[in-house]
Amino acid sequence: MNQCPVHFIQHGKLVRKQSRKLRVGDIVMVKEDDTFPCDLIFLSSSRGDGTCHVTTASLDGESSHKTHYAVQDTKGFHTEEDIDRLHATIECEQPQPDLYKFVGRIKVYHEQNDSVVRPLGSENLLLRGATLKNTEKIFGVAIYTGMETKMALNYQSTSQKRSAVEKSMNAFLIVYLCILISKALINTVLKYVWQSEPFRDEPWYNQKTESERQRNLFLRAFTDFLAFMVLFNYIIPVSMYVTVELQKFLGSYFITWDEEMFDEESGEGPVVNTSDLNEELGQVEYVFTDKTGTLTENNMEFKECCIEGQVYVPHAICNGQVLPEASGIDMIDSSPGVSGREREELFFRAICLCHTIQVKDDDDVDGPRKSPDSAKSCVYISSSPDEVALVEGVQRLGFTYLRLKDNYMEILNRDTVERFELLEILSFDSVRRRMSVIVKSATGEIYLFCKGADSSVFPRVIEGKVDQIRDRVEHNAVEGLRTLCVAYKRLVQEEYEAICTLLQAAKLALQDREKKLAEAYEQIEKDLILLGATAVEDRLQEKAADTIEALQKAGIKVWVLTGDKMETAAATCYACKLFRRNTQLLELTTKKLEEQSLHDVLFELSKTVLRCHGSLTRDNFSGLSTDMHDYGLIIDGAALSLIMKPQEDGSSSNYRELFLEICRNCSAVLCCRMAPLQKAQIVKLIKLSKEHPITLAIGDGANDVSMILEAHVGIGVIGKEGRQAARNSDYAIPKFKHLKKMLLVHGHFYYIRISELVQYFFYKNVCFIFPQFLYQFFCGFSQQTLYDTAYLTLYNISFTSLPILLYSLMEQHVGAEALKREPSLYRDVAKNALLRWRVFIYWTLLGVFDALVFFFGAYFMFENTTVTSNGQVFGNWTFGTLVFTVMMFTVTLKLALDTHYWTWINHFVLWGSLLFYVVFSLLWGGIVWPFLNYQRMYYVFIQMLSSGPAWLAIVLLITVSLLPDVLKKVLCRQLWPSATERVQTRNQCLSVEQSTIFMLSQTSSSLNF
Amino acid sequence: MTTRAARRCAPTEDPRAEEAPLRPHGRACANVTSGSGLRPSLCRHRADDQGASASFLSLYRGPFPSPSILLPFPLPWSLVLLSPSSLPPSRGPSPPLLPVRGRRRKGVPPLPPLRRRRRRRRLRVPCQGQLAGSLGRPPARHGAAPRGSMAMNYNAKDEVDGGPPGAPGGAAKNRRPDNTAFKQQRLPAWQPILTAGTVLPTFFIIGLIFIPIGIGIFVTSNNIREIEIDYTGIDPSSPCNKCLSPNVTPCVCIINFTLEQSFEGNVFMYYGLSNFYQNHRRYVKSRDDSQLNGDSSALLNPSKECEPYRRNEDKPIAPCGAIANSMFNDTLELFLVGNASYPTLIPLKKKGIAWWTDKNVKFRNPPGGEPLAERFKGTTKPVNWVNPVYMLDPDSDNNGFINEDFIVWMRTAALPTFRKLYRLIERKSDLHPTLPAGQYYLNITYNYPVHSFDGRKRMILSTISWMGGKNPFLGIAYIAVGSISFLLGVVLLVINHKYRNSSNTADITI
Repeated sequence: MNQCPVHFIQHGKLVRKQSRKLRVGDIVMVKEDDTFPCDLIFLSSSRGDGTCHVTTASLDGESSHKTHYAVQDTKGFHTEEDIDRLHATIECEQPQPDLYKFVGRIKVYHEQNDSVVRPLGSENLLLRGATLKNTEKIFGVAIYTGMETKMALNYQSTSQKRSAVEKSMNAFLIVYLCILISKALINTVLKYVWQSEPFRDEPWYNQKTESERQRNLFLRAFTDFLAFMVLFNYIIPVSMYVTVELQKFLGSYFITWDEEMFDEESGEGPVVNTSDLNEELGQVEYVFTDKTGTLTENNMEFKECCIEGQVYVPHAICNGQVLPEASGIDMIDSSPGVSGREREELFFRAICLCHTIQVKDDDDVDGPRKSPDSAKSCVYISSSPDEVALVEGVQRLGFTYLRLKDNYMEILNRDTVERFELLEILSFDSVRRRMSVIVKSATGEIYLFCKGADSSVFPRVIEGKVDQIRDRVEHNAVEGLRTLCVAYKRLVQEEYEAICTLLQAAKLALQDREKKLAEAYEQIEKDLILLGATAVEDRLQEKAADTIEALQKAGIKVWVLTGDKMETAAATCYACKLFRRNTQLLELTTKKLEEQSLHDVLFELSKTVLRCHGSLTRDNFSGLSTDMHDYGLIIDGAALSLIMKPQEDGSSSNYRELFLEICRNCSAVLCCRMAPLQKAQIVKLIKLSKEHPITLAIGDGANDVSMILEAHVGIGVIGKEGRQAARNSDYAIPKFKHLKKMLLVHGHFYYIRISELVQYFFYKNVCFIFPQFLYQFFCGFSQQTLYDTAYLTLYNISFTSLPILLYSLMEQHVGAEALKREPSLYRDVAKNALLRWRVFIYWTLLGVFDALVFFFGAYFMFENTTVTSNGQVFGNWTFGTLVFTVMMFTVTLKLALDTHYWTWINHFVLWGSLLFYVVFSLLWGGIVWPFLNYQRMYYVFIQMLSSGPAWLAIVLLITVSLLPDVLKKVLCRQLWPSATERVQTRNQCLSVEQSTIFMLSQTSSSLNF
Repeated sequence: MTTRAARRCAPTEDPRAEEAPLRPHGRACANVTSGSGLRPSLCRHRADDQGASASFLSLYRGPFPSPSILLPFPLPWSLVLLSPSSLPPSRGPSPPLLPVRGRRRKGVPPLPPLRRRRRRRRLRVPCQGQLAGSLGRPPARHGAAPRGSMAMNYNAKDEVDGGPPGAPGGAAKNRRPDNTAFKQQRLPAWQPILTAGTVLPTFFIIGLIFIPIGIGIFVTSNNIREIEIDYTGIDPSSPCNKCLSPNVTPCVCIINFTLEQSFEGNVFMYYGLSNFYQNHRRYVKSRDDSQLNGDSSALLNPSKECEPYRRNEDKPIAPCGAIANSMFNDTLELFLVGNASYPTLIPLKKKGIAWWTDKNVKFRNPPGGEPLAERFKGTTKPVNWVNPVYMLDPDSDNNGFINEDFIVWMRTAALPTFRKLYRLIERKSDLHPTLPAGQYYLNITYNYPVHSFDGRKRMILSTISWMGGKNPFLGIAYIAVGSISFLLGVVLLVINHKYRNSSNTADITI
């Protein structure tokens, strides 16, 4: 990587060097289809207009070609010699990870010593990792290299998310650590108490070496303590971490492999960016979803436009048919007058011009350029699908946007090409919620066209049929359409110049450039004349309603967080059944806050909610569907910021608590008019509330990234608004509907799998080590191991690891279909149900019980007697092997009892590992291993198996160890069955019935013949 | 319409797609398509139905796009692709799209480089990561790996395809996960559930099997004759009391005892020690198995584990270690005080008391043809021993390391109270009991000191059944477990009966 060849310009010559020799300030030449070696300021390109196309697919996944612009003053330097003559300084900000932000300044010195200062923005910056396209070569100055490049900075910025399971795992681990230490301590103390009599410490038959005798008492005690720690350290399931990692890693493949979550349309399947959170999917209590592109398709369709209060519906869409010549406009109102006609033209031009769409004419740029008329093959690319829908919509109305060439926008107005000079673009941002362009028509008139959300445009309008349009906009919003308002302003040359200087000043600012730009925009975009409004339909994603319903049945609270306006959002919520007909809506909006103070509103709401909640708890047992009082809360961004705003007297936390209380009792919450950061704020608020619920955020756009990063689980919808959300998410899915399977099936499976995995690991290590602990009481606390070293080593690694790993990959306690059919099963595992302390203690006690059974079973077998038919005696290794054998079988069979889904793999691995144990033991004891300096296991296992009582004892002890667990399972199922267990039983009954019916029908049919 | 449909399926008739295995599918499609305009989708469904094999699907989905995937190439990323023609996208088959496709096929395929680059990027990400230093965040790795493998699959398919790799939808289709039972987690499985119904019979069966077994074992165990004689001599009245003081050497004492019942069959004579920690870690490891296996280098240079019983007077000890050093060295002789005037010595058999494998494989004398004493030359006896190891027994087959008393001792006991096989008393004939009831005395040459560590020494005579010595535990345990499980079965039966109705109603309310 550091040795990639890079072309440098040195003293007017092209030099090839390794990329690690790249230094800031070097001038680099990049050829077509090469990747930029570092972050470059774009000086000049082989294209005449000083542009180049770049694809940043490897940075953010957007494969569209983006246009970057060379610095105005240097774009003329085309050759190496020219470049060498360039004398300039660049100032830029410290390296920061944001890919889309860059501020800097270049000062170009000309020969006559006057310098020009130019602003540098992200449009001048070529990022490392991006690839040059459709441009023969470019020159650029390296400004950030190596670890300072934005790509490198982005690598480190990801924070680690830890799942609830992991947290409880760590808690359990601490308990076990305490157990380990206390065990070692107890044994050390007992050892010295026991040894206080010298004949025990050093009997004549077992004397110490001289050095041992002379060791300091405390040193000896400490070494003994450490020795006990080493002896018992197997109780800490180190291999559990490895297995958990492996399980998560391998398990995540099942998500990517899931055919049902594959989207045919886009050819995208689910993507797993982190496998750490698989089980967290089964623990979600709150889902925060974005609306646009997540609940809705974000497949915009131009529905209608309203110009001067008259509604136009594109004919083509009206009938869903294609008309040969795209002139069909169906006017609902009577024909407009002359001024109306003029406005109409202006409106369409505004839509055609006020956007940031690129035209991708064709792929084979090398080929002969086609005439502009054959625009049939061109496609519009934009970061905003609304714009595409609009431009595409007006295209059907006869205005075709052709391209941007040499700063001139070309429009095909039916048959004539109009050219507008593009003077300025006041680009869109989510705070202003509007964008503007300033263009100069062929006739020299300067227009400012502004397009934006109604709330941000109406206040700036001074003229136009505001009321009519507002009515229409609200009407459309209720229908769930996305509306945009279009306004314009005619500028005279002086005004334009003033604007220019204003913008230039703001753009040149090094500090707070964003803020200054925003101020400048604010000044420019005022006193507008309203032209009309557009409506774009964004259809609901398929099965969005079904998914939300299922999630709610699963006990998950669904919140919709959107930047859209309240009416549109509420309509969508009704459409997707987040709000039902009987849902009582509580509003906490700016409108309402104007009437009452926040304090009153909050208290009133909480009173309503809590009163009903009291009655709710009584009859809430039978599930959600019977709820009579179903509350939905609507809150907007302004109200939220009021609630969140810390107050002087510190009463804000009070409001916050109250708000949380209200939210908790609402089945659905809609937050509209949210800024991206507010979305994250809400998620954080819920996340940190006192129950610490697990939150999930799902969204598709860049504005959802903050909330995706904030939530416990972030899911990106691989949508049309770029891949930023998918890139920053933990999981990416093609469609919202896939969330259902993701949570209810995959999440549920992963959760039960991993919780069993964790508990089982602790259990089997207790079983393993507790006999060892007990044995210390019978061997004079001498740290004598009960098992042979090979068994100690291999127990976790190979004897018992595979069955649980495969279990944790394959287990399905209930079928996937049943989980999808009955979302309420999700409640069974909610709140980390399978890893509660009660369950953990049960498993540990079970382990202790089993260990007692193994050890004392073997103890009474061996105590002072012989167990062979030839009178020969067994030694300590046989004793250990007996315990170990019983334990191996018990622990494995315990897993078998827990397995509900026996595929051939489970059979193979489970019985295989038992067989492996037996074969290994036979082999291990069957040969005098030449490389070992001890042969203590020689024939031990075989001798043990040759004794009848050993067999009887093994069978007996296994039965006794498994009995309590079986009993507990059966009793719990019988007396207090969980929903899951009921479904299991029912399914089994069904299958039995089916098979019975099948058999009956077969017998009857055979009788018939 | 018809012609278009035919063209849709054209790739299969494409001369470039000549691979034999693909042909049949192609033909099937072509036949179907030659009909009316509706066929493309029909053809696709066909493909679906037949396409159990994933490769077929992935190869042939592309050429027969459904209306919804009519766009000329897949939308792998967030493009908004619109045809500027006068029809809305994604609404039925669109004629203007055809030229695009046509050109795409004729010209340089524009997509492959793009796709390939994407693939390369994915593989490259981790290596850039290495450059970036500490970014080895697992997710990235996880993310990259599957994609990388997918890309490999993809390459393979490209080659198989042979046709234009940029065929519409090719990329999208190949990303489609395989519809295999494993990947879709639909492997056929047995789904047992532990319910009262299934467990009840098990409990009863366990009860019914365990109780008889237990009774059998118990009876067998009770039929075993066993007598245990403590000859430590702690009790002042004991004849061996005098031997407690170390001054009396050699000390011989005689203990009388009576067998109430005769011992039939082979009788086994054990010595038992109590409070003797043969399982102490320092003790257990204090041996050198290579030396005991006859390894000549280990003979002269024993393992360090043997310390402090490794060398004595600059000579290596053979056998080294604490275990060997503390070998039990009392001599026990059994006399029957019969009707005859003089007591008869019961013949005790020395051989057959150690494991066969120990005696023949694990323990070996140093190799060589010369006498044993020669072979042990250069070594010294363990400190506590009277005689060197090659003088343990006059029988050469029971001397040196393969002395069975020695081997038995070397198998360290599991618990501090243990017994070890000392001698066999073989059955003489079927008619006479091996040890008839009557007066016996035990002649003990008392050498082994246990008093210092509060130990006890016992002599045990025992007959043996198929299940070894007397051990009531197993039988009782079997009976207990059997009864408990039977009882639990009954309890469960009651519960099952009582709660069946309620659980059924609960089912209904869900």
